[in-house]
Amino acid sequence: MSPVTKLKKSANKKGGASTTLLGDRDLRQIVDSVLRIAKTTGADGTEVHVDEVADSLTRFANNAVHQNVAEHGLTISIRTICDGRTARATTNRIDEDSLRAAIEASLSLAHGQPKDPKLLPLLGKQHYRPVNRFIKSTAVITPEDRARAVRRACDLAIKNGQIAAGIFATGQNASAIGNSQRLFATYRETHAEFSITMQEGAAASWAKANSADASAFEPQFLANRASEKAHLAVSAVELQPGRYTVILEPSAVLDLVGFLFYDFAATALEDKRSCLTDRLGKPVFGKNISIVDDVYHPLQLGVPFDGEGVPRQRVQLVDSGVPKNLVYSRSSAKKARKQPTGHGFSLPNEYGEAPMNLVFTGGDSSVEEMVASTDRGLLVTRLWYIREVDPYEKVMTGMTRDGLFLVENGKVTTAVRNFRFNQSVLEMLQNVELLGPAVRATGEEAFEMVVPAMKVTNFHFSEVTKF
Amino acid sequence: MWDLCTNSLDTARLRGATYADVRMMHMRQRDLTTKNGQVGTLAQSESIGLGIRVFANGGWGFASTDRLTKEGVANCASQAVAIAKASAIAKRGETVMADEDSYIDSWQSPFRKDPFEIPLETQLALLLAADAEMRRVKGITLTETGMQFRKIESWFASSIGSRIHQAKVITGCGIGATSFQGDEIQKRSYPNSFGGQHSLQGYELVESLDLLKHAPIIAEEAASLHKAAQCPERTGTLILGGSQLGLQIHESVGHPIELDRVLGQEANFAGTSFLTLDQLNKLKYASEIVNVVADARIEHGPGLGSFAYDDEGVPAQCTDIIKDGQFCGYLSNRETAHLIGLKRSSGTMRTESWNRLPIIRMTNISLKPGSWDYENLISDTNEGILMETNRSWSIDDRRYQFQFSTEIGWEIQGGKKTRMLKNPSYSGITTEFWNSCDAICKSEHWALWGTPNCGKGQPMQTMGTGHGASPSRFRNVRIGSAFANQ
Repeated sequence: MSPVTKLKKSANKKGGASTTLLGDRDLRQIVDSVLRIAKTTGADGTEVHVDEVADSLTRFANNAVHQNVAEHGLTISIRTICDGRTARATTNRIDEDSLRAAIEASLSLAHGQPKDPKLLPLLGKQHYRPVNRFIKSTAVITPEDRARAVRRACDLAIKNGQIAAGIFATGQNASAIGNSQRLFATYRETHAEFSITMQEGAAASWAKANSADASAFEPQFLANRASEKAHLAVSAVELQPGRYTVILEPSAVLDLVGFLFYDFAATALEDKRSCLTDRLGKPVFGKNISIVDDVYHPLQLGVPFDGEGVPRQRVQLVDSGVPKNLVYSRSSAKKARKQPTGHGFSLPNEYGEAPMNLVFTGGDSSVEEMVASTDRGLLVTRLWYIREVDPYEKVMTGMTRDGLFLVENGKVTTAVRNFRFNQSVLEMLQNVELLGPAVRATGEEAFEMVVPAMKVTNFHFSEVTKF
Repeated sequence: MWDLCTNSLDTARLRGATYADVRMMHMRQRDLTTKNGQVGTLAQSESIGLGIRVFANGGWGFASTDRLTKEGVANCASQAVAIAKASAIAKRGETVMADEDSYIDSWQSPFRKDPFEIPLETQLALLLAADAEMRRVKGITLTETGMQFRKIESWFASSIGSRIHQAKVITGCGIGATSFQGDEIQKRSYPNSFGGQHSLQGYELVESLDLLKHAPIIAEEAASLHKAAQCPERTGTLILGGSQLGLQIHESVGHPIELDRVLGQEANFAGTSFLTLDQLNKLKYASEIVNVVADARIEHGPGLGSFAYDDEGVPAQCTDIIKDGQFCGYLSNRETAHLIGLKRSSGTMRTESWNRLPIIRMTNISLKPGSWDYENLISDTNEGILMETNRSWSIDDRRYQFQFSTEIGWEIQGGKKTRMLKNPSYSGITTEFWNSCDAICKSEHWALWGTPNCGKGQPMQTMGTGHGASPSRFRNVRIGSAFANQ
C-alpha cells in the first residue's frame, strides 16, 4: 500500500522539528485520487473533505509544566451519492486501498437506507474570496518557546505568592473540499492561545487570548492581569442572591450569548426547537443590539466555506434589536425559497446549519467607565458550566468564576463569593445599558467571537456557593 | 502493531527517555440518526494512530502520529523526547511513579451481537419505526432517534515490559420526542436524554430497550407536559430516578474525587475540588446508607468505565470512595498515588484516542444498592417530588453548588404518585445533599448508566463513564429554583 501523497516534516530555524502541512497541490492530489477511485465504484457523485492538523499544547499547573503534547493527523472524509441516497465514511489512512475501502463503506451505508427524494445534487464550481490567516512565525513556534513563556508566567506567580495554571497552545491546519462536479476549495490557518489562572489562597482569576497570530497577544501581559485580579479576589464576601446590575467582561458575554446562535439556523426554526420560532422580525432584543455573522472580519478565524463548499456569506442576524435573518444550508434554503448562506454542516446531518463567526456591533464605553457609572453592581470576569434550562425563553444557568467583584458608588470595593445565575438571554439582551468596543474574545463554553463588554441591569442570581 | 510500539519505545530510550509508554489505537464508529421520519446522520469512520508518552530530563512529553511506518513512529518518539526536555525548562519538584508490575495480556470486552454485523437496514428500520410511533402522537413537533456503535482496539506497551492488547465494543441508543406549543418547548427521552443509554455491549443493548413500546409513552408525556402544573418552589423531599441520580453521582462525586483536580492540575479549565487532601478519611460526605465505589472491573457490569487495564498499564480495580457515608478514596494514577499514601495507582488513567495523553478519569462511579423496594419508597413518602431524566446540569468549579433540571416530575402525595409536573429542578450543596439521603432502592432497581460525553483536559478529551444507581430519596432539598423569579 502506498500513500497517494507524501507527508512532510521539515526543520525550522531553531533546529526543532515542525510539521509542514500539505500544500494545496497535495490536497488536490488526495481529492483527485478519491474522485478517480470513486468513479470505478458506481457512485453517482462524490464529495471529499481533507483536513490536516498539527497542534501542540504546553500545559502548566502548580507553577510548572506538567503536560506537554503534540499531535499530527490527517483525515479524509468521503460522501458518496448513489440513486438518491447519500452517506459518509471517514478514514485517516491515505493509501489507495484504504481510500477505496472508505468509498465502498460510504456506498454501502448509502444503499442501506430509503431513497431521499429531496436529496440535492452536488454543488458545482464556486468562486471563493481569498482569506489569509496563515502566520508563518506562529507555525514555527517550538516547545522551547512555549516553555520559556510559561516559565516567565510561573516566575511571576511565585514572586507574587500565587499559583499559576494554564496552557500555551500553537498549531496549524489545512482543509480542502472537492467534489465530482469540479468544486474545489482550500483553506489554511495558524492559531495560538494562551490561558492562565492565578490562584492566591482560595481566590483565583483568569485571563485568556487567542488569535491566528501569536504576536497578537502577550502571555506575560495576561499573566499580570490574572495575577492582579487574583489578588483583588482575596477575602470574598457573601452577598444575598437577587437581581443585580452586572458588568460582563467580553469572555462572560460570549460564553452566555454563544448558546443563542444555534437558534438562528433555518433548520432549528423548521424543527420548532429555536427560541426565535414566532419571533423573527419582532423586537426581541434592545435597540442597541446588532449582530452579524462574518467569517471575513479581521478578528475572526475559520473556514470561509461550508460543509458542501458553499462560500460563506456575511449575514445580518440582528439589526437594532430585531432578528432579521437566518442562516441557510442548501437544503434549508431550498425549502424556504431563499439563497444558501454558506453555513451548512457536512452532510448527511439532522442539524442543518449555524452561524459560527459572530460579530457584535460594539459601543464606546470602557469597562472602567461602566464601573464608574454604577452605583451598585457586580463586575463579572467569567462564567462557567452554562446549560440551558428553558429552550424557548432561553433561560440559561451557570456560575460565575475566577473573579466576581462588588461595585459601589463607581468603584470596585471587594470580591464577592460566586453566584449561580438563572437568566434569560433574551431578557438580558433587552437590558443592556452600555456596550464596550467589540473585541475578539475567548472563553470555555462557546466558540470565539467578536463581542463587547456589557453593562446589564436586572441580571438574576439565584444562589450562592461557598467560595 | 507490536513492532511499531517497540520501535517507538526503543527510539525514546535512545533519545534519553527514562520511562516511556505507547498506545496504538484503531477506532471504528458508526452513527445513525433519524429526524421526523427521515434519515439524518449516516456515517462511519475509522482512525488509527499511535501516541507515545515519555519522561526525560525530569519532564513529560507526548506526541502522536498517524504515520504508522518505522520512520513515522521513530520521528514521533523523538518529538516526544524533545518536548519532554522542553518541559524541563519549567519544571519544579521531582516526579515519583508508584511501582507497577509489567503485564502481557489480551482482553476482549464481552458482547453477544456485533453491531457492525447487524444489517444497516435492520437498524434503520427499527429507528424509523420508533420515529413513526412518536409522530403518531398529536402535538409532537420533532422526533429524533439514534444509534452509535464503536469498536476500539488498543495495543499498549511500556518501557517496564508490559504488552497489553484490549478490544472493546460500545453501543448507544436512544429516542426523543419534542413538543412546541404556545411559548413552551417540552421534551421526553428514552431510555435517557442526550443520546440514550450507552454501554460496553453489542447490539443486544438495542434489542433490550424495546423502543417501540416506549416511543408512544414518551411522546404522550411530552405532549402532556404543556398541560401539567409547574413544579413548585419549596424545600422538601426529592426522589430521583436512576438515570438522573447517575448524573448527580457523576458531577458531585465522580469529578471531585479526581486527584488531578484536587492537586490543581485542572485549575485552568475543568476546575479544582472541595475534597482537599486533608478531607480524606475525615469528611462525612454522605449519610450512613451511602456507599460509592469506583469500579472498573467487568464484574461491576458493562459500563463505559469498564476495562481490563487502564491506559498506564495498571489493572482495573474497585476502590471504595464513600463507605458508610465517610469519604475514603480518590481516583489516582501512578504519579499521584504516593501523595495520598498509596503504594499503587488506583488505575484510572484513560485516553480518548491515540492522539491524546492519558489523564485521570472516572471509571464506573456507582452508588451501591440499598434496601428499599421502589413501591415501598413511594408509599413511604407523604409529600415529595419524583424527578426523572436529565434536562440540564451545572455545578461550580469546585463541585460544591449544583443545579439540575429534569424532563418530567411527579408529585407524591400520601404515598402515591399523583399529578405530572413540568419544568422540575433542584439545587444544593454537594455534601449537604448527600447527607440528606435516607433511602436507596435495592439491586433489582439498580442500573449501570453510561455517560458518553464527559469533557476534561486540554486539549479537550471526551470520555465515557459509568454510573450505577437505583432510585433514591433525599430530604430538605431546594426544589424549583431554576424557574423561580423568571
